[in-house]
Amino acid sequence: MLNYDLVIIGGGSAGIASAIGAYDNGLRSILVLEKEAYLGGILNQCIHNGFGLHLFNEELSGPEYAERFANELIKRNIEYRLETMVLKINKDLTMVCSSVNGCEIIKAKAIICATGCTERTRGAIATQGDRPSGVMTAGLAQRYLNIEGYLVGKKVFILGSGDIGLIMARRMTLEGAKVLGVAELMPYSNGLSRNIVQCLQDFNIPLYLSHTVKRIIGKNRLEKIVICEVDNKNNFVLNTEKEFEVDTLLLSVGLIPNNPLLANLGVKMHPRTKGPIVDDNYETSVPGIFACGNGLHVHDLVDFVTNEGIYVGKKVSEYIKNGKLASEKYVTIEAGNGISYVLPSKFAIDKGVAEIKFRVTKPHQKSHINVIYNGEILKSIKKQYLLPAEMEDIKFDISKLDCGNIVLEVIDD
Amino acid sequence: MTKLICIVCPKGCHLEIDESFNVTGNFCKRGEVYAKNEVTNPTRTVTSTVKLNSKILKMLPVRTDKPIAKSKMFDVMEELKKVEVNAPVNSGDIIISNILGTNINIIATRTIKE
Repeated sequence: MLNYDLVIIGGGSAGIASAIGAYDNGLRSILVLEKEAYLGGILNQCIHNGFGLHLFNEELSGPEYAERFANELIKRNIEYRLETMVLKINKDLTMVCSSVNGCEIIKAKAIICATGCTERTRGAIATQGDRPSGVMTAGLAQRYLNIEGYLVGKKVFILGSGDIGLIMARRMTLEGAKVLGVAELMPYSNGLSRNIVQCLQDFNIPLYLSHTVKRIIGKNRLEKIVICEVDNKNNFVLNTEKEFEVDTLLLSVGLIPNNPLLANLGVKMHPRTKGPIVDDNYETSVPGIFACGNGLHVHDLVDFVTNEGIYVGKKVSEYIKNGKLASEKYVTIEAGNGISYVLPSKFAIDKGVAEIKFRVTKPHQKSHINVIYNGEILKSIKKQYLLPAEMEDIKFDISKLDCGNIVLEVIDD
Repeated sequence: MTKLICIVCPKGCHLEIDESFNVTGNFCKRGEVYAKNEVTNPTRTVTSTVKLNSKILKMLPVRTDKPIAKSKMFDVMEELKKVEVNAPVNSGDIIISNILGTNINIIATRTIKE
């Protein structure tokens, strides 16, 4: 059996960052496990630019961003294994791993789960109709095109205005496919405004807001889709159907943290984020198991994933040095009116300052974010605009508080 | 008066630019530059892939090293179809120099060792 202080599951942006964070805080016995044949995770197929604006003030492509951090890992001589998959985590922090060496047991004093996220599929949104080929998630089409070199279709429609869908609308258009439109269930786009401009408007691709795919038609290959307007309760509006003859339907309908390992272990999961519930050190409900990156909650930008990974790596190295991190007194943090989720779910008072990440449930113009402690407003900040697609964060002083409950809410002015 | 959404960063500021190139609505200086370029000579960074001969991968990701005129995006794609690259390649290596006579290069964005 192999022994390490820290084993990190996942060699993508979160895993690499947490390894660097732990190493730079003095930890040396670290192993990163990656299932692919290369480090960098999903960034390798995200060949578009725009990564690293916050950290480097540059617009790098995904592979460039991944390589910068992979090089930092290699420079520190941090051990990593490729083509190695963790099959099971046990409560005693042993892991069953599968690789070309066969099956191995690895034991750690702490584990960081940096396992990324998966795309929601056709099953998740229950679209009616036939089951022909040519219906797939946008990220899968991205992998086929950018890694394997296959264009999956010539006439394309995209359901969902998430960023991957928008990026693929541009990418497939540049590669010679005709993208007939993008339908979005909500009355607003779920993607970044810049992607609406440079991926749709640049190529005159129409965006149908408050629309969804009503029917998928095709015997072997997709032949036709029917889209339809929806009302504010997501019911179809009569006589608003439009037909499109397409051979490909890409789905960009959301991402879910990928956590079968933690779910099987019985780690408590968050009903909204679908990732584990964590405390202020990003430790899950099972002692010694931590989580970060898109496996914890889906981020908008990789720069934020990197920052979170570095923070968690640092905290885990403290955990290993001291044997524990837990404090005596906590305030719990809850999502109130208009808030979709808050993270982490509790904060130790001795940390002094709480830093909370959250998302809103719907877009807001001029509004206030209120931090309410035991019924009284502790802090209030003004916001010009708030969007569900953009993660927000807020910092506030908790040093003078006693145990109790903090609720975050959004109030329109 | 032209209304634009800034694409310089993910913030996506709502900009307005008038006939004498006065920009409002921008939170940073880059938004002003973007708005002026967007109404005179709009540019974009083109990212794509080219054929690669390597033991592990089939495609090499590439991009323009500077934003190129928006009107030239499809011409760039045609040029990229003609290229085939042999490993090893380093991230940042020039794959096509001075593409379409624009003084802009196509660079590799991934290191492929073998």
